[in-house]
Amino acid sequence: MSTMIAISGLTKTYEGGFQALKTVDLDIREGEIFALLGPNGAGKTTLISIVCGLVNASSGRVAVGGHDIVRDYRRARALIGLVPQELTTEAFESVWNAVSFSRGLFGKPADPARIERILRDLSLWDKRDNRIMTLSGGMKRRLLIAKALSHEPRVLFLDEPTAGVDVELRRDMWQLVRGLQADGVTVILTTHYIEEAEEMADRIGVISRGEIILVEDKATLMHKLGRKQLSVHLQEPLAAVPATLGTWALERSDDGQTLTYTYDAERHERGIGDLLNALSAAGIAYKDVNTTQSSLEDIFVSLVREKA
Amino acid sequence: MNLYAIRAIYRFEMARAWRTLTQSIISPVISTSLYFVVFGAAIGSRIPEVEGVSYGSFIVPGLMMLSLLTQSLSNASFGIYFPRFTGTIYEVLSAPVSYLEIAVSYVGAAATKSLILGVIILATAALFVPIRIEHPLWMVMFLVLTAVTFSLLGFIIGIWADGFEKLQLVPLLVVTPLAFLGGTFYSIKMLPPLWQTVTLFNPVVYLVSGFRWSFYGISDVSPAISLGMTLLFLLTCIAIVAWIFRTGYRLKP
Repeated sequence: MSTMIAISGLTKTYEGGFQALKTVDLDIREGEIFALLGPNGAGKTTLISIVCGLVNASSGRVAVGGHDIVRDYRRARALIGLVPQELTTEAFESVWNAVSFSRGLFGKPADPARIERILRDLSLWDKRDNRIMTLSGGMKRRLLIAKALSHEPRVLFLDEPTAGVDVELRRDMWQLVRGLQADGVTVILTTHYIEEAEEMADRIGVISRGEIILVEDKATLMHKLGRKQLSVHLQEPLAAVPATLGTWALERSDDGQTLTYTYDAERHERGIGDLLNALSAAGIAYKDVNTTQSSLEDIFVSLVREKA
Repeated sequence: MNLYAIRAIYRFEMARAWRTLTQSIISPVISTSLYFVVFGAAIGSRIPEVEGVSYGSFIVPGLMMLSLLTQSLSNASFGIYFPRFTGTIYEVLSAPVSYLEIAVSYVGAAATKSLILGVIILATAALFVPIRIEHPLWMVMFLVLTAVTFSLLGFIIGIWADGFEKLQLVPLLVVTPLAFLGGTFYSIKMLPPLWQTVTLFNPVVYLVSGFRWSFYGISDVSPAISLGMTLLFLLTCIAIVAWIFRTGYRLKP
């Protein structure tokens, strides 16, 4: 898969000395859904703003579709649609005019049929002649998406798309994103909701304090997450795991008090019941068992804390 | 050149003018009509002719300039400040448009509005006093140059301002006094010699004088100097706008 967005050595220090980004290197592949995960103030919006041309980078380079965002900004930006975090809209304009305006702004000739389709897809068609100020918050969010899609972008940035959004709109939005992906559009979404990243993304990047601290395929990440551990606390310490239990790949703690079995909760190849029976059969008595599962949340929190 | 973008912004701004018709067209026309009633009819009848032109007619070019200046400023400054204030400017800044295109669209729309206004005021004035235009081409030239120059100045103010107060500050404290003291209602030849000299530092004097010359062939300073000063002012504004865009001042952190 080819690279859609290439970010290398990107830094940003705001006037006043706040370092929002410390050397970010990141490649986003064409056609993928990439979730940028991070706590508030981690640098998600700064990163997006630089790629979209809203903020000047302090150093480093970004190319979108092979076009440098500074030297070849016209071609780079024509590929990008941006749905900002804040509901910033032209209060007095009609929905139709606002979306048509966006298309023109990005250098595309008028195409009423396409605008109609976008508005219908986003359930805005009935509101097309309404002034934007009369729309609900959810409708305004839809409008911002319609504006971002009006010029047929190849890359769509969704900055905190589901902040303050109801279940229905959230579902519609994911459906839309999947539809865009089917058309080959690259989607980058930022979020601090982990479930959102889990649900949507092909790859997940974690950003904290201006640094990308992890980029991984969701499948790989989920595999790690899907694993559970069973800890068996023994009555008597064991010097070694008995040979009869060799097929279970048990880990013995240093003090010999605990045996740990790591298994894939999704697959249920061999249940924990079997293991406990095998332990009894081997004459090993235990006083307690407990299972743990590392969640993306845990990984995330530990990653973020580690770097803090 | 992203012509679709220029057209989109221009249309958007013009649509805003139609939505705010009362504010952008009707109120300046009413206030100008009041000037005619007060200065033209009531007081003007007691003021002798100025260089062979009746006082009511004499003030027409100055009044047009006064409206043109203030309206160009407020149109252009509001046009760019409001999207900054609401945050919708993000879209323009992230679009594949050059700064030149952004400036041309906003300033073009603001200038168009004030030109329409100027013509309406001229038509209104013609109802009250006799008007003749000796140099129509030059008149249009001065009108366009002034509208563009002050729209540019308004654009600069709209980018510089970080609150509605500042948006009003320059028009109120600088431009309105300069416009009133710039020979709008009088010929600067009526002033004592010292003040005639002081007045020459007021850029509006050159605009009004040149504009009045295009109507009646009378002027306080020579039309060539008027034109030169207007162009100088225009170039200064263009230079400031170019600097703003090169540095991203107040637009891009």
